[in-house]
Amino acid sequence: MGISNEPKRTLGGIRVGDLLSILGAAVAAFSLTIVLTTQVAPITGGIAFFVLWYLLFVGFYALLVSIDDSKTFVIDRVVAVLVTSLGVLLFSILIFVIVFVIARGAEALPYLSFYTEDMGFAGPLDPISVGGVGHAIAGSLIQISIALAITIPLGIAAAVYLNEIPGRFSRFVRTIVEAMTALPSIVAGLFIFATAILMFGLPKSGLAASLAISVMMLPIMIRSADVVLRLVPQTLKEASIGLGASQWKTVWNVVLPTSRSGLTTSIILATARGIGETSPVLLTSGFTAELNVNPLESPMVSLPLAIFQFVKSPEPTMIARGFGTAAVLMLLVLTLFVIARIIGGMTPEKSSRARRRRAEFFGWFATITRKVTSPIRRRITNVEEPS
Amino acid sequence: MLTDTPRQLTVIRDRSDKVFRGVIRAGGSTVLVIMVLVGSFLAFRASQALNKAGWSFFTEQAWEPDAGKFGIAAVIVGTILIATVAIVVTLPLSLGTALFITEYAPRKLRSFLVSIVDLMAAIPSVVFGLWGFFFLQQSIVPVSRWISQYFGWIPGLGVTGVDPSDPLATTTVYTSSTFIAGIVVGIMVTPIVTSIMREVFSQTPVGEREGALALGATRWAMIRNVVLPFGQGGIIGGTMLGLGRALGETIAVYMIISPVFFIQPNILQNGASSVAALIALRYGESTEMGLSALMAAGLALFTMTLIVNFGASIVVSRSRSGAAS
Repeated sequence: MGISNEPKRTLGGIRVGDLLSILGAAVAAFSLTIVLTTQVAPITGGIAFFVLWYLLFVGFYALLVSIDDSKTFVIDRVVAVLVTSLGVLLFSILIFVIVFVIARGAEALPYLSFYTEDMGFAGPLDPISVGGVGHAIAGSLIQISIALAITIPLGIAAAVYLNEIPGRFSRFVRTIVEAMTALPSIVAGLFIFATAILMFGLPKSGLAASLAISVMMLPIMIRSADVVLRLVPQTLKEASIGLGASQWKTVWNVVLPTSRSGLTTSIILATARGIGETSPVLLTSGFTAELNVNPLESPMVSLPLAIFQFVKSPEPTMIARGFGTAAVLMLLVLTLFVIARIIGGMTPEKSSRARRRRAEFFGWFATITRKVTSPIRRRITNVEEPS
Repeated sequence: MLTDTPRQLTVIRDRSDKVFRGVIRAGGSTVLVIMVLVGSFLAFRASQALNKAGWSFFTEQAWEPDAGKFGIAAVIVGTILIATVAIVVTLPLSLGTALFITEYAPRKLRSFLVSIVDLMAAIPSVVFGLWGFFFLQQSIVPVSRWISQYFGWIPGLGVTGVDPSDPLATTTVYTSSTFIAGIVVGIMVTPIVTSIMREVFSQTPVGEREGALALGATRWAMIRNVVLPFGQGGIIGGTMLGLGRALGETIAVYMIISPVFFIQPNILQNGASSVAALIALRYGESTEMGLSALMAAGLALFTMTLIVNFGASIVVSRSRSGAAS
C-alpha cells in the first residue's frame, strides 16, 4: 500500500528552461529586428515591425530548442508557440473590437439624455448632450417582443412536434427547417418587404420589422430547441408513460421541465441574434428620428438601424452617437447572454437541489410556525372542546 | 413450436391528448407552411426575372433591370471572393484558437475562454462593420500596398492604375476593397467556427489521448494523430457553416465596400460587390421588374448557402465525431 502514499506529481506546468528560451528568443528577435529595420532595410510601420519580430522570434526559439532536443521536440515546441499565439491573436482582436467601439462611443455614454431622449429636435450639428437613442431602445424592445410573441409559441410547438410525433412528415418538416436556417437575413427582409409591404399594403413599421425578424429567428430557435428536446432521456419518458400518464401529461410534467433550461437558452440566444440583425430591419421598418411606440403604423427605428444611420453622417458627433448606440446594443446582447448562461448552467440536478432546499426551508418554516402557534391553537381547541 | 406474432397495439388517447397532438401538429404545419411560402414565393417572383433574362442572368455583369440588362455574374463572383478571403482568415485563426482552448490553455482558464468565444458569436455584425470601416480601413492600407507591390504578379493580387514605387500616390485605391470586407467578415464568423471546432475536439476519447501520450508521443504528435483525425468532420463542417454565414452577410460588407457592377478580380483594389449588399442597395428604388431581379439574386444566394449548409451537415454526420450528435 506504499504506492498510495506517494505524493501526486505535477505533470503540467512550465519548466524554467522553456521559459528562459522563450524570453531569450523574444529579446534576440527584438534586437535583430531593430538592427534590421534601422540599419539594413528601412521598414516603417508597426505591423511590419511586429511581423518581422514574430518570424524572427519563432526562428530563434526553434534554434534554441534544437540545441538540447531532437527534431520531434523542436516541432512540438514550435507548434505550441504557433497555436498559442493564434489563440492570443484572436482574443486580442475580439477584445480590441469591443474596446474600440466603447472608446469611440465614450463621449456619448455619460449623458442621461442619451438613453431617454429621441433625435426629434437634435440636428447633426447639435452637441451630444442634446438628443439620444431612447427611441431606438424602445423600438428594439417593441420589435423583439412582437417577434418573440410569434416565435416562442410556434417554435416550441414545432420542436415538440418534431420530437413527439415522429414520422415521415415530421422528418420532412425538420429538413425544411434545417434548410431555412441557411436563409440569409437580407432575403428574409426582402420577402417581408415584397409580401407584407408591397402586396398587402402594410406600412413600413415596427410590425413589418418584427415579421422579418420572426422569419429569420424561427428556424434558428426550432433547430436548437429540437436538439435540446432530443437530449431528454428516453427512460424518463417511458417511466412516465409506464405509470399511466398520457402523452400530454408526460410532455407537460416530464419533457418540458427536464429541458427547461436548455429551451430558455435556445430562446435567449435566438433573441440575441434577432435583436442585433440589421439587414431585415433595414428593408422593413423605415427610418425615423422620433419616438414611435405604435408598431402598426409609421416607421419605427431599432438599435442596429440607428447605428447604421448615425455613422452615415460625416459629423463627428453623429459618429460618436453611432458608436455609443453600438455600446448600448452590445450591453443588451451581453445581458441576454449572461441570463442565458445562468439559466443554461442550471442542470436539472442543480435546480432540483434548489427546489429541495426551498422545500426544506419551507418545511423548517412550517415547523417553527407550528411550534409557535401550537400553544395558541391548543388553547383555542381546548376552549372549543367543551363547547 | 410456439410462434408469437407481434400483437397489434391499439393506443387509446384521451381528449387532452387529442387536443395536444392537434395543437403541436398545427404548430409544425404552420412552420412548414411559412417556410415553404418563403421559398416558393421567392422562386415564383424570381422566375419572372429569370424568364426575361434567360441564361444571360448568369453571365451578365451589369445590373440595370429596367433596361432589361441584368445578371449576377459580377455580384456572385464578388460574394465568392469576399467569402474566400473570409475563410482564409478564419480557418487558421479558429483552428488555432480551438486547439489552444482544448489543448494548451491552463485548465482554470478554459471555461472562461469558452464563454468569451460563445459571447463573441452573439456580437451583432453591425459592430464588426463599424470596426472595419473606422479602424481597419485605414490601418490595412500599408499591408495592401506591400502585398500588391511584391506579389502583384500573382493574378488577383495586383492593383491597376497606381504606381507602387511612387510614395506620394493616393491610397484611396486600396480602400473599400474585397480584401478588407473579407477580413472583417472572417473575423466576424471566427467565433462561430471556433465554437464548433472546440466542441468537437473536446469530445475526443480520453483513452485514445492517453494511449498516444503513454506511447511516448509529444503533445503535437498526439494532436496530429488523435485529435485532428477525430475532429476532421468538425473542422470541415464548422468551416462550411462559417462559409454559409460569410456568403449571406450583409451589413458589415455593405458598410465597407464601394459597390461596382463588373467582375473585379483584384481583391486589393477599391470596388467590390456582393449579392446581399446589392439587395440592401437597390431594394428601395426598385420597380416591379427590379424587385423580381433582386428576388432572383436572393434566390441564387440562398441556393448557394443552402448547398454549403447541407454539405456541412452531411460531412459532420458522416464523421466519427458527429455520429453521436
